Amino acid sequence: MNDRRLTVEALTSTAGEARLAMRGDVDVAADEALAAAYAAAAESGATRVVLDFTEVDYINSTGIALIVRLLAEARRDHRDVIAEGLTDHYREIFRITRLSDYMTIADGTSASPKPVGGTS
Amino acid sequence: MTAIKRPLRRLLGRSTPDPLPATAPVPAAPVEQPGVAIDIPETDPLFAYLQSAPGPVDLTKLELVSPALEELRVGGVALVVPLVTQGELIGTLNLGPRLSEQEYSSDDRRLLGTLAAQAAPAIRVAQLVREQAAEAGERERYAQELKVAQLIQQQFLPRELPQLRGWQIAAFYGPARVVGGDFYDFIDLGNGRIGVVVGDVTDKGVPAALVMARTHSILRAEAPRLIDPGAVLARANDLLVPEMPARMFVTCLYGVLEPETGRFTFANAGHNLPYVRTADGVIELRATGLPLGLLPGIVYEETDSVIAPGEGVLLYSDGLVEAHDPNREMYGFPRLREAMATDDAGSELLDRLLEELHAFTGSGWEQEDDITLVTLRRSLGTTDDAWSEDRPEIPVTRDDAPDASTAAEPILAFTIPGAIGGERAAMKRVADAVSQYGIEGARLERLKTAVAETVMNAIEYGSQGNPEIPVDIRVDVDPDAIRVRVTDRALSGPVPDAEAPDLVAKLEGLQKPRGWGLFLIRRMVDGMDVHAADGLQTVTLTLARDGH
Repeated sequence: MNDRRLTVEALTSTAGEARLAMRGDVDVAADEALAAAYAAAAESGATRVVLDFTEVDYINSTGIALIVRLLAEARRDHRDVIAEGLTDHYREIFRITRLSDYMTIADGTSASPKPVGGTS
Repeated sequence: MTAIKRPLRRLLGRSTPDPLPATAPVPAAPVEQPGVAIDIPETDPLFAYLQSAPGPVDLTKLELVSPALEELRVGGVALVVPLVTQGELIGTLNLGPRLSEQEYSSDDRRLLGTLAAQAAPAIRVAQLVREQAAEAGERERYAQELKVAQLIQQQFLPRELPQLRGWQIAAFYGPARVVGGDFYDFIDLGNGRIGVVVGDVTDKGVPAALVMARTHSILRAEAPRLIDPGAVLARANDLLVPEMPARMFVTCLYGVLEPETGRFTFANAGHNLPYVRTADGVIELRATGLPLGLLPGIVYEETDSVIAPGEGVLLYSDGLVEAHDPNREMYGFPRLREAMATDDAGSELLDRLLEELHAFTGSGWEQEDDITLVTLRRSLGTTDDAWSEDRPEIPVTRDDAPDASTAAEPILAFTIPGAIGGERAAMKRVADAVSQYGIEGARLERLKTAVAETVMNAIEYGSQGNPEIPVDIRVDVDPDAIRVRVTDRALSGPVPDAEAPDLVAKLEGLQKPRGWGLFLIRRMVDGMDVHAADGLQTVTLTLARDGH
C-alpha cells in the first residue's frame, strides 16, 4: 500500500566507510530496511556509517525513533554516524531532538561508491 | 480466655458485604456451631443502643423493644460486643453463653472490649478497601461499556452525505457522554431517490446501541426493496417485535425524497414530527404510528408533501427539544420553531439551529441526551452553487470552545480512515490548502510535521489503527492564524503525555527510542490545544500567519 516504503542501499567507497543510501519515507515501515542495511554495514567492517537522506523527503517521529535506535547501536559498536543530504527542515528537527549532538551533519556525497550488498 | 474459646459468632453490621446466610435458631451452647449472621437495620433501636454502648452488652438483661434483639436471642447470642470506630457501628462480635454456664466476668468483658476497640478500626479499613475496589471495578466496567456503545453507534452513522443537485443536505450527531441511541441514515433507493432515516432507541449504553445497529440493518435491507415508507416501517416493526428487549422500543421517522420534484413522503413510528420552513412560516408535517418493537401488525400512515424551492425540512431527535438551560428550563418545541422561522436564506439552517441551542444552554452545558439533526434544504435556483463542496463530512464534531473561527466555513474539511500510515496523505492535503494562504518555506514544513504527528497520534490512539474508525481534519483560516483541528474518537482515552524525550537516556537504553510525537508538535507550531468531550478528542494546532 505504501509506495514510498524506504529502500536502503548499503555502499562503500573508501575503506572503513559504509554509506546507507535511503530512498522513500523514514517512518514505521522503514524499520526492517534500515535495520538490514545497518547490519550489512556492520558486517562490512565499516567504522563510519553515512546515512544519506538525499532521496528522503518525509521523516516522522517513528522514523526518528529508528534513527535513535541505529545511533545507539552504532555507539555501542564504536562506529561514527554521519547524516548527509538532510533538508533544512530535518536539520532543524535533528537539532531540536539533539540527534545532531551525537552524529555529524554533513553536506554532499562521496564519489563513485560501490555496493557492499545488504540491499532491501 | 474462656469466653473466646467459643467460636466467635459473627453478626454483620450494616455495611459488611457477603453476609453468611442466617442459621436456623441455635440450641443453647453447642460446642461448635456456625456463626449467626443477623443484619441489624439502622432503624432498629438496638443499632443506636450498640453504637453508644460503652462495652460488651449482655443481651439476657437488655430491656429493649427490638426485632433484631429477639432474633439474636433466638439465635442463641448472649453477649454482643459492638465494633465501633469513629462513632460508627461497623459490626459486632456475638457470643453465646459461656460453656460453664456462668455469666461473663468483668475480666472477660474488659478483654472483649479491648479486642473490639483494636479490631474495629482494622475491620473498617478492610471494609473501605473492599468497597473502594468494588466501586473502582464498577466504574471501569461502566467506562468500558460506554466505549463499546460509542464504537457500535459510530459504526452505523453514515460517513458521507448524499450529494443531490439543487439540495443542501446536512446532518449533525452530538453524542451525550452517556451514549443514547440516536441514529440517522441516508439510503440510496435508486432512480435518484433517497431514503432518509432519523431514529432514537429508548434506553442507553450497549443494549441501545445494539438495537440501533439491528434497526439500521433492517432499514438498509428493506427500504430499497419496499420503498414505501409505511411498508418499510411496518416490516421493520414486525422484524423487531420478537427480538426487542423488555422495556425498549425505537422511535423512527423514515421518508423518501425525490430530489427532482421535491416530493417527500414519510411515515412515522412515534418520532418527533418534521418541521418545514416555507415562505408562509414553519409548518409541522403529521403522520402517526406506534414506535417500532412494541406490538406486531401496526399500520403506519404515510404523509405526502412537496418541498418547494427555498424551503427546508428539519428532522430531529428528542435531545434537541429536551436540552435544558442552567435554570433547568427546557428548550422545547416553540423555541425550535422560532429558530427555524428566523433563519435567513443566507446561512446554513443546521449551523444556525446549533448556534441557537448553544446560546440557550450556555457554555457549561452537560448534554443529557444524544442530539441528532438532519436538514434537507431545496435551493431556490437549479444551479449547482447551492451545493457547498466544503461542508465537512459527517459525523461533525461539536466544539464547545468559544472560538469564532469555528463558525466560519473551513477552507478544508475531510475525514480519513484510522489506518496506520494515513497521516502522510492528510499532511499533503493540508499543506496544499494552506500554501495558498501565504504559509510557505520553513513554516509550511513545520506545520506539515505537526499535522503529520497529530494525525498519527489520532490514528494510533484515537482509532487504535482501525480503518473503520475515522479521523476528521478541518482547516480554518482567519486573519491572524491558521488552525488545523484533528478530531479522533478517543478509543484509547487521552493521548498519554509521555515523559519528555531525552536522547541521552534513549541512547543508553533507559528510555524507549519512541516518544517524539508530542515533543515535535509543540516545537513546530505556535499553539497546541487539546479538547476532549463526548467521546471525541480534538487537537487544535495554531500557526500565526504573520510569524516567521
